[in-house]
Amino acid sequence: MTAAADPVGATPMNMLSAINHTLHREMARDDRVIVFGEDVAKSGGVFRATDGLQAEFGATRVVDMPLAEGVIIGSAVGLAASGMVPVPEIQFLGFAYQAFHQIAGQLARLRYRTDGRLNAAVTVRAPFGGGVRTPELHSEAIESQLANIPGLKIAMPASAADAKGLLATAIRDPDPVMFLEPLRGYRAVSDPVPDGDHLVPFGEARTVSEGDDLVIIAWSYMVEIARQAADRLRTEGVSVQVLDLRTIVPLDVEAIAAAVERCGRVVVVQEAPETCGFASEVIATINDEAFYSLEAPVARVSGYDHPYPVGMLEDDYVPSVERVLAAVRRTLEMAP
Amino acid sequence: MEPTVDILKDLHYRMLRIRLFEEAAGRLFEGNKMPGFLHLYVGQEAVAAGVCVAMRDDDQVSSTHRGHGHLVAKGGDLNKMMAELMGKADGYCNGKGGSMHICDLDLNMLGANGIVGGGTPIAVGAGFANKYKGNDTVSVAFFGDGSTNIGAFHEAINMAAALRLPVLFVCENNEYGEYTRRDKVMAINDVVDRAAGYGIPGVIVDGMDAVAVYEAAVEGLARARRGEGPTFIEAKTYRYYNHHGVQTLGMKYRTDEEVDAWKAKDCIEGFERRVTEAGLISADELAAVRVELEAEVEAAVEFGENSPLPEVSTLLTDVYTEVSR
Ligand SMILES: Cc1ncc(C[n+]2csc(CCOP(=O)(O)OP(=O)(O)O)c2C)c(N)n1
Ligand SMILES: [Mg+2]
Repeated sequence: MTAAADPVGATPMNMLSAINHTLHREMARDDRVIVFGEDVAKSGGVFRATDGLQAEFGATRVVDMPLAEGVIIGSAVGLAASGMVPVPEIQFLGFAYQAFHQIAGQLARLRYRTDGRLNAAVTVRAPFGGGVRTPELHSEAIESQLANIPGLKIAMPASAADAKGLLATAIRDPDPVMFLEPLRGYRAVSDPVPDGDHLVPFGEARTVSEGDDLVIIAWSYMVEIARQAADRLRTEGVSVQVLDLRTIVPLDVEAIAAAVERCGRVVVVQEAPETCGFASEVIATINDEAFYSLEAPVARVSGYDHPYPVGMLEDDYVPSVERVLAAVRRTLEMAP
Repeated sequence: MEPTVDILKDLHYRMLRIRLFEEAAGRLFEGNKMPGFLHLYVGQEAVAAGVCVAMRDDDQVSSTHRGHGHLVAKGGDLNKMMAELMGKADGYCNGKGGSMHICDLDLNMLGANGIVGGGTPIAVGAGFANKYKGNDTVSVAFFGDGSTNIGAFHEAINMAAALRLPVLFVCENNEYGEYTRRDKVMAINDVVDRAAGYGIPGVIVDGMDAVAVYEAAVEGLARARRGEGPTFIEAKTYRYYNHHGVQTLGMKYRTDEEVDAWKAKDCIEGFERRVTEAGLISADELAAVRVELEAEVEAAVEFGENSPLPEVSTLLTDVYTEVSR
């Protein structure tokens, strides 16, 4: 359940640096890896995630693209079909709507359509999520919409070490991976990142904090919110496990079932609107795998079912530590 | 069409109203009083003013992420605009839209848009409706050079051309899309070259000259009204500030000399110089307009600052026609 790495050492960095560092490493390791997107090359990206790549690897491997998300993804499919390993960036995940015809219609099913003769070894990097005062279409968490497209893998790191380990795994994976980066964690989340080669396998959840009264299941930046809630509860004598899914496709069903069996009570936290969010899938999985271990109904803490609000209202929209605490307390109070 | 003195005054009024509004918004943004992104229109005022003066009130506008200028030029209420930019309850969208999502349907301003290329198909749809209804209203799509690279733009303009819809396409070519120079992502020097591929006429105008923009717009609108289909206007212009926010100089992607060269052609200064030298409008009158507009903008800032934050309970309003839970 933890990273299968044997690091020589570790260097503290934030998620953004970890991503940049990994892109440098993977481009150096494999000359088929190419990076492209809007403003990624000369300027190094609007968040500087691709900073320095063009200087190091040249203008044919790190390319500024026209403002055209459809062809950013569509050409990645063609590049992959020609044996390259494209790592395109969508500047904000909300702009991926402009490329859904390529993501869902082409990228996800290249392998299936060619009887497995072609792989789409594409890693689409895209920042997403709220809490940094970006407006509508710059903040949405739309991972469940992507999870409903068979053929895609979806990695959503919550730590800098995982940003490195999951990104390296994604780039080396023969299947298309949506690599979703929490905007709020870019600079705010910082932890020791293993030096050298560091790969985190897909489909292995990570226990962020141990506990057995209740488990909070989360992914991406919501793991940080869950961890803060768990820390607060610990001071009150409540022992809460925080389970970070790391990748929602593939999903670590065993880890979810094991946690539910041990704790019996569950809160799932997601940034997305509630209806058909990925939390619903987690709950369905619990019903399938561990229903009889439940001591209370599974609670969800989500965004609300309306378009992402701008400005000050987002503090009420994105799940907060307080909202998670309230859900935990409600769940703990329920009689088995 | 040669503009009358009244039209010249109107052009000046609208350009200056945009400039003063934007400068005030920039100061508030710097003072951390505005959430989200602020894409200032400063430098490009002649385009919005020139086109909007040529438009009728019933003509529609679709706009962009850099959309404040289009709404101000269409006669937008500065109080409601400023409040919206500050995310306040009295804003155009009750503080839930912000800078990139402002609209005013009473003014037939169909909305700014957070998605580049998002507005152009909307103007085409409005043109489709106008043709269907048989009225002689024209819709105007304002869009940046960068947006002409996205698929939706192609789909929209091709449809408008094929169906001869009453739409005026106004490309504000400011030579950059965010931090990337246009020639890195487009193999032509003039965006207007694209018009030929759709079979519609295209003209280039000096986007720093409101009169030139006005004259081209008058023609394009008249053509559309006569049922002869869309026209493509490329206005060569420049944004003084950074893509978003208020920095002007010292940027990696453009030189300070370039910024200065464009500022030397400033649309408002140049206009004021020309009309006073020609004896068309007196310097005193221009100064009086400035005083009047400064007061309007100052009042708008105060209005925005005094407006309350929206209630959390309003989050669920307007998602559906009726609140469903
Ligand atoms: C579909 C989409 N892709 C990317 C962006 C991010 N973005 C915002 S403005 C912009 C550049 C737009 O350039 P242009 O159309 O020339 O307008 P300008 O900013 O120069 O006025 C980009 C890439 C976006 N908002 N929407
Ligand atoms: Mg531009």
